[in-house]
Amino acid sequence: MNGPRLIEVRQRVLKQNDLLARALRERFRRAGVCVISLVSSPGSGKTAFLERTLGEFVRRYSVAALVGDLATENDAQRLRRSGARVQQIATGTVCHLDAAMIERALEDWSLEELDFLFIENVGNLVCPASYDLGEELRLVLMSVTEGEDKPLKYPTIFNTADVAVITKLDLAAAVEFDLEAAKAQIHAVRPGMRIFEVSAKSGVGLAECWRYLEARRLSSA
Amino acid sequence: MRSSRGARSSLIRFGGTMHELSLALSIVDLAAEEANRRGVKVHAVRLRLGPLSGVVKEALLFSYALACEGTPLDGSRLVIEEVPVVVHCSRCRADREPISMQNLRCSVCGEPSFQLVQGSEMEVVALEVE
Repeated sequence: MNGPRLIEVRQRVLKQNDLLARALRERFRRAGVCVISLVSSPGSGKTAFLERTLGEFVRRYSVAALVGDLATENDAQRLRRSGARVQQIATGTVCHLDAAMIERALEDWSLEELDFLFIENVGNLVCPASYDLGEELRLVLMSVTEGEDKPLKYPTIFNTADVAVITKLDLAAAVEFDLEAAKAQIHAVRPGMRIFEVSAKSGVGLAECWRYLEARRLSSA
Repeated sequence: MRSSRGARSSLIRFGGTMHELSLALSIVDLAAEEANRRGVKVHAVRLRLGPLSGVVKEALLFSYALACEGTPLDGSRLVIEEVPVVVHCSRCRADREPISMQNLRCSVCGEPSFQLVQGSEMEVVALEVE
C-alpha cells in the first residue's frame, strides 16, 4: 500500500482543561458565585486594581481572591489587607493558571458563601489565552504606559477576554497616551468589546467598572 | 546522550516557561495513548492549529521533538495544518475571512464581526501509522 495509513482522532489538545473548566463553571453557577479573572502583562496594575476592588466589595459582599504568581507571596499579602480571603497559587515556572490549579486551590472552600471570586492570572499576555478557568468574566487590563498597540500585538488574549480595562489613567498625559487610538485598536481585534478606563491611584472610573461587575453578578445568577 | 526519562521529567518541570512545551507533552501523551490502544506505531501526528489558539507554531514544533524523547513516539513528526480565522458577518449573512487577525472586519464588506467561527483550534485530527 502506498502512503501512510491514517487514523482519525479529532481531539482538542486542551480537552482535559476545557472539561475541567466547564465543570468549574457549573460549580460556580450552582454556588451563586460570580467568578471574574484578570489577565494582563506584568506590571499593568492587576494587583492595584484588585486591591481597590476588594477594598470596596468587602464592605458589601462576601468576596475572595485567588492570585497566581510565579514565586512570591507579595501580591497575596498586599491583597489580604483588604480583609478578603486571598489564596496564593504559586505556579513555579508555569507561565499561566489552568483549570486544574483553580480546582486544587478551591478544594476546601465553601463557594456558596461567596458573592464574588476574583482570579488574578500570572502576568503574561500569551499563554493564559489558551486556558479556560471556568470564569464568568475575563478582564484584560492594559496600562497607558504600555502604549496603544498592545491589542494588535496580542490579539488572542483580547479575543478570549470579555472586557478591557485601561489602567493607570492618571499617567496618560505624562506618557502622551492616545486613548481614542487605544480604544480603536481594542475594537479592531475585538469588535464591540466593553472598555473601562480607570486609575487605581486616583480612583477615576472605578465606580463605573464596579457597577458593571455587580450587574454582571445579578444577571448571571 | 541524556537518559530519556530524565529528559522528559525535566521537560515536565520546565514545561511552563514556554507553554508550547506543556502542550507538546499533552499532544504526545494523547497520541501515545491512542496508538497504544490500537497497537500501532505512529509516524506522524496531524494537528489543526488556528492563529487564535495562542500557540507559536515554531515553538510547538521545536517542543514536540523534545517531548517525544523516550516515548513510543520518538522520531515521529508533527504535521501542522494551519486553519485561517473565520468570522460570521452579520451584514453578508455568511462566514468570511476577516481582513486580518488584528482587524476582525469582514474582508468583503468591512463590517466588524462579533462572532468567531473558526481560528482558535488546537486539535489532533489524525495519526499517520504503520
